[in-house]
Amino acid sequence: MNEYWNTSGRIFDIQKFSVHDGPGIRTIVFLKGCALRCRWCCNPESQSYEIQTMMQNGKEKVIGKDVTVREIIDDVKKDMPYYRRSGGGMTLSGGEMLCQSDFSYALLRCAKESAINTAVETTGFASYEKIERMLPYIDTVLMDIKHVDSKKHQEFTTQPNERILENAVKIAENAKKLIIRVPVIPTFNDTEAEIAAISKFAKSLKGVTEINLLPYHSFGRDKYEGLGREYLMGDLPSPTDEQMQRLKAVAISCGLNCKIGG
Amino acid sequence: MNKVYTADIPKTDRIQKLIDDLYSGTPTIESTRAEIITESHKATEGMSIYIRKSKAFRALMEKLPVVIRDDELIVGCNSYARRGCQTFPEFSNKWLEEEFDTVATRSADPFYISEETANKLREVHKYWEGRTTSELATSYMAPETLTAIEHNIFTVGNYFYNGIGHVSADYGKVLKIGFNGIYEYAKAEREKCKVTDSDYATRYYFLTAVMECCQAAITFAKRYAQAAREMAANCTDITRRGELQTIAEICENVPANGAKSFHEACQSFWFVQLLIQTESSGHSISPGRFDQYMYPYYKKDLDAGKITREQAQELIDCVWVKLNSLNKVRDALSAEGFAGYSMFQNLIVGGQDTSGMDATNDLSYMCISASMHVNLPQPSLSMRVWNGTPHDLMVKAAELTKTGIGLPAYYNDEIIIPALISRGLALEDARDYCVIGCVEPQKGGKTDGWHDAAFFNMLRPLELVFNNGVDKGVQVGPKTGRLEDFDTFEKLFDAYKKQMDYNIGLMVNADNAVDAAHMERCPLPFLSSMVTDCIGRGKSAQEGGAVYNFTGPQGFGIANVADGLYAINQLVYKTKEYTLHQVADALRNNFGMSYSEAYAKNLTVDVVKEIASKGYEISGDQISEIFAQISANDIEEGKKKEYQALLEKIKTMPKFGNDIDEVDLFGREVAYTYTKPVEKYKNPRGGRYHAGLYPVSANVPLGLQTGATPDGRLAGTPIADGVSPAAGSDVNGPTAAANSVAKLDHGIASNGTLFNMKFHPSALKGASGIEAFISLIRAFFDQKGMHMQFNVVSRETLRDAQLHPENYKNLVVRVAGYSALFTTLSKSLQDDIINRTEQGGF
Repeated sequence: MNEYWNTSGRIFDIQKFSVHDGPGIRTIVFLKGCALRCRWCCNPESQSYEIQTMMQNGKEKVIGKDVTVREIIDDVKKDMPYYRRSGGGMTLSGGEMLCQSDFSYALLRCAKESAINTAVETTGFASYEKIERMLPYIDTVLMDIKHVDSKKHQEFTTQPNERILENAVKIAENAKKLIIRVPVIPTFNDTEAEIAAISKFAKSLKGVTEINLLPYHSFGRDKYEGLGREYLMGDLPSPTDEQMQRLKAVAISCGLNCKIGG
Repeated sequence: MNKVYTADIPKTDRIQKLIDDLYSGTPTIESTRAEIITESHKATEGMSIYIRKSKAFRALMEKLPVVIRDDELIVGCNSYARRGCQTFPEFSNKWLEEEFDTVATRSADPFYISEETANKLREVHKYWEGRTTSELATSYMAPETLTAIEHNIFTVGNYFYNGIGHVSADYGKVLKIGFNGIYEYAKAEREKCKVTDSDYATRYYFLTAVMECCQAAITFAKRYAQAAREMAANCTDITRRGELQTIAEICENVPANGAKSFHEACQSFWFVQLLIQTESSGHSISPGRFDQYMYPYYKKDLDAGKITREQAQELIDCVWVKLNSLNKVRDALSAEGFAGYSMFQNLIVGGQDTSGMDATNDLSYMCISASMHVNLPQPSLSMRVWNGTPHDLMVKAAELTKTGIGLPAYYNDEIIIPALISRGLALEDARDYCVIGCVEPQKGGKTDGWHDAAFFNMLRPLELVFNNGVDKGVQVGPKTGRLEDFDTFEKLFDAYKKQMDYNIGLMVNADNAVDAAHMERCPLPFLSSMVTDCIGRGKSAQEGGAVYNFTGPQGFGIANVADGLYAINQLVYKTKEYTLHQVADALRNNFGMSYSEAYAKNLTVDVVKEIASKGYEISGDQISEIFAQISANDIEEGKKKEYQALLEKIKTMPKFGNDIDEVDLFGREVAYTYTKPVEKYKNPRGGRYHAGLYPVSANVPLGLQTGATPDGRLAGTPIADGVSPAAGSDVNGPTAAANSVAKLDHGIASNGTLFNMKFHPSALKGASGIEAFISLIRAFFDQKGMHMQFNVVSRETLRDAQLHPENYKNLVVRVAGYSALFTTLSKSLQDDIINRTEQGGF
C-alpha cells in the first residue's frame, strides 16, 4: 500500500451516475477551490477553498469536507459494476482539481491502482509541471477553452488565458485523450466567430478530434443567493436549440466532431 | 443460425381504428355469464363437481354472445360492451351486490352497471348463497386467522373473492394439436381407468369433463366461423368480405386442430386466452413466451412466402389490442390494490432456451414494436435478460421504456434460473421460465403457482411489537413483551421475528383454507386441459394436477421496517438519545402531525364502532365531532414539539436505498424475517410455499391501515413499494439505490421481487442516455438483482395529468408489476407514483 491512500483533501460533493463528464457511467468527485471566478459559474460554492455555509431551501448547509483518498476511492468503487458495463469510471471536477494537485494526483494514482478509468475536468490554469505528473494516470482530459481572446477571458473569468492555451498545447502532446469543452455563454462567447476561433485553436492541438459545446444555464442562480452573493448574469436566457445547432455546425466545419452537452 | 430482423415496421391504420373503437365506451358490467352458469348449476345439482363445471362451461360456449367488431382480424369476445366484464358469482358476489350503487362512481376502476343488470344479478346471487368458494374458505379458517385478517395484518382477498388465475397454459400444445388433440389424449387416458382404481370416481369424471370442455371450446369457435360467414355474405365492402371469409375459415380450423398458419396461430392463441378468462375470474393469465411458441408458425409462413413481416406485425398488433379488451370488476379495496383495470397478462420475450442458448428471434423485436404501436397497458410486456442477450434487443427495449409506458419490465435469468432450480424445477424447465402477473417466475404450462397468494404488511407486526401483540384492544399477536423488557436491540428484533412467525403461520392457514375451497368447489377442467400433467394424473390443477405446485404470498414494507428498526437501534440503544417509550409515544401520536382525511375517517369508524359495541347510541353530530377531534390531533404544544423533533431526527438517519452497507445489510436481515419462515410451509396441492417481495399497488391502501412507523412514515401514508427504497428516501442516485436493492437476497424470494425506478425523460436522451440506461440494468443484474421496471414521465407531466385528465387519456405509467392508464388510477395512487424518487442524474 503506498502513502497516497492517506493523502487528504477537500471536496464539496460526490455525484454518482453522471453520463456527461467522460465516457460511460461515472462518479464525479467535486474538489473545492478554483483560481478562476467565471461569472456564469453554476457551482459558486466550489470557488473558495474555505469551508462555507450556504442557505439551501431555508436550511444552512455546510459546504466542504476534508477526506482521504482511501475514503473517496472506497466510495467510488461501489459503482464498479456500472463502470465495467459502460466503460465509465471516476471524474475529478471542481472547483479546479489542479488547485489541490497533490490530492488530485493521489486520487488518480490510487484510482488506476484500483482499475478505475479516470477523467479530469479542468481549466488547465496551473503550472504545467503539476499537470504533467498526473497525465500517466488520466484516461481522458476534459479541458475548457472559454475564449481565445485573453482580455475578454480575463474580464469574464478574472484570469488571462495565455497559460491555459500554452498548457493545452502541451497536454495535447502528452495526454492519452483530450477533449475540448466550451461553455457557451451569451454576451461572452456565443457568436459564430468566437466559436470558430476556439474550434480552430482546438483543431490545431495534436490528436484533438472532439469538442463539446455546453449551453449556459442559470440553475446555479439560487446558490449565489444562498452564499449571499450577487448573481452577475441577471436574467440572461440560455442559448436556444437553433443557436446551439448553428454553433455546432461551425465547430464541425472546422474539422471537429462536436457534441452539444458533455 | 437465422438472421434476426430488428428493423421497425410501421403501424397500420387498422390498429388505430381498433384502439379508438375499443376505448369508445365506458367499462360495463354484464350479467349473461352469471345467468348462464347459474342456470346450468341449478340443473346439475348432485352430479360430480367436474361434470357440473364442464356442463356450465359448455353452456357458456353455446350461449355467450358472438361479437365480431369492425376491422378485426382476430375475433372473440366475452361481453357485448367494449371492455365490458362478466361476473363470476360462484367465487363470491356479496361485495358486488353491496357495491352496486357505488361501483360506477368509486375512485379506482369504476364500472357502469344498469339497473336491469343489477336486478338480474341480485336474482342469480340468491342461488349462490352458501355455495361460493369464499364462504367455504371462511369456514375453513381458524378463528385466530380471521382475527388477524380483520386487523389487516395480511389479506388473502385476491383468491378469497375470485378465481386463482396466475397461470400460463401450454399455449404451444393447443397451437400444435388443437383441442381435438387434447380431447383424444384425455380420452386415451380415460380408457386406461379401471373400475377398480381407487381414484376412479374423480379421475374418470375429471377426464370426462376435460373432454367436454375441449368440445365446448371448439363449438364456441365454430359459432364465430358461422357468424363471420353470415357477415361476409352481407358485406358490400369487398376487402372486408375477404377478411371475414378468412376469419370464417380460420375459426373452422382452430382451436379445434393444429394451426396451419401464423394467422391461425394468433387466432388459436386468442381463443385460449379469452376462454381461460371466461371459465374463471382468476387474473394474470399470462401468455408467457409468446415469441417462442409462435415462432415456428411465423417462420414457416415467412419462408414459404405466405406472409410478409408487415402482415405478421399487424396480426400481433391485433392480438395486443384484444388483450386490452378483457376486463374484470373487483371489490373496492382490491380495485385499489390492482388499480388501473389491469389484467396482468404477462408476456415475455428474449432470454435463454431450454438448452441455455439465446432464444431471441424476430418475434422478440416485433412484440416490442407491437407495444409501441398500441401504446396500451396490456400485455404486461416483460423481457428476460441474461449475459448473452443481444445489445440490439436491449436498445429496442430501452426505446420502448423511453416512451414512458413503463414497459417492458426487465428480468434477470442469472438469478431467476438458479432460484427456480432451488425450488425443485428441472434445469430445462427453469431455463424456460416465463413471468406471471406482476413479477412471478414459473415454468409455463406445467405449474400451478398460486402466485400473489396474499399481501403481508410487514409493518403491522412491528406495530404489534410496540403493543405487546394487542391491536385496537384485541390480542391479535403473541405477547412478545412490554417495552421495558426490551433492554437490548436483539430482544426487540426477536420480538419482531416472533410476531412475524406467528402471523405468517396464520397467513398460511388462510391461504390453505382458500386453496381447499377452490379445490372442492371450483376445479377448472378447461384450464387443466392445458396444464401438464393434469390429464396424466387425472386431477385438476386445483387439486395438484400440475407438475409444479407452489403458493407464493408476498411481503412488503422491507424498507420501512429496516429504516425504522435501524433508527431505533441508533437512537435508543446506541446513542441512547431516546427511550423506547418516547418513540412509542411519538408513534401513537403520529409524531405530533395531523392525520390525513382518509386515515382520520378510519380512526373515527373504529371509535364509533367501539362506542356502539358498548350499547351506546351515537348521533351524526357526535360522529362529526369525533372526526373533527381526531383530524386535529390536538395535543399539548410541548409534546408536539418533542415528537416533531424526533421525526426530524429520524429523517436525518441513514436510509435504505443509498448504498450504505450498515442499513442495507440490515434490510437484508429484515427481508429474511419474511422469506425464511414462509418457505417452511406446504400447501394442499402437495407443493411448497415460497416468498415474493412486492406489493402490486397495495402499498397505498394497506398503508392507509397502518399507523405511524419508526422510519418517520406518518399514519395512513403509503408503504415503500416492493423492494424499492421508501418514497423519496433514496437521494444518492440510481446506482446507489440499485446497489442497496441488490444487497437483498433475491434468490430466496423465488416468487418475485419488484424494484421500481422513476426517471425523468431527460435521463434517456440520446444514444448516450440509452447506453447508460442499459448499463444500469446490466450492472444491477450483475449483482444478482432480479427485476427492474421504470417510469419515464416527468413529475410535471403527471401533475398536469392530475389537473387535466382529459388531455392525458392515453398516458400509461408503471404502477407496480404492471402498467395502467394514469388517469384511471385513484388520486392517492397517483400521488404515490408522483412521489417516488425521480432519478435525473444524467
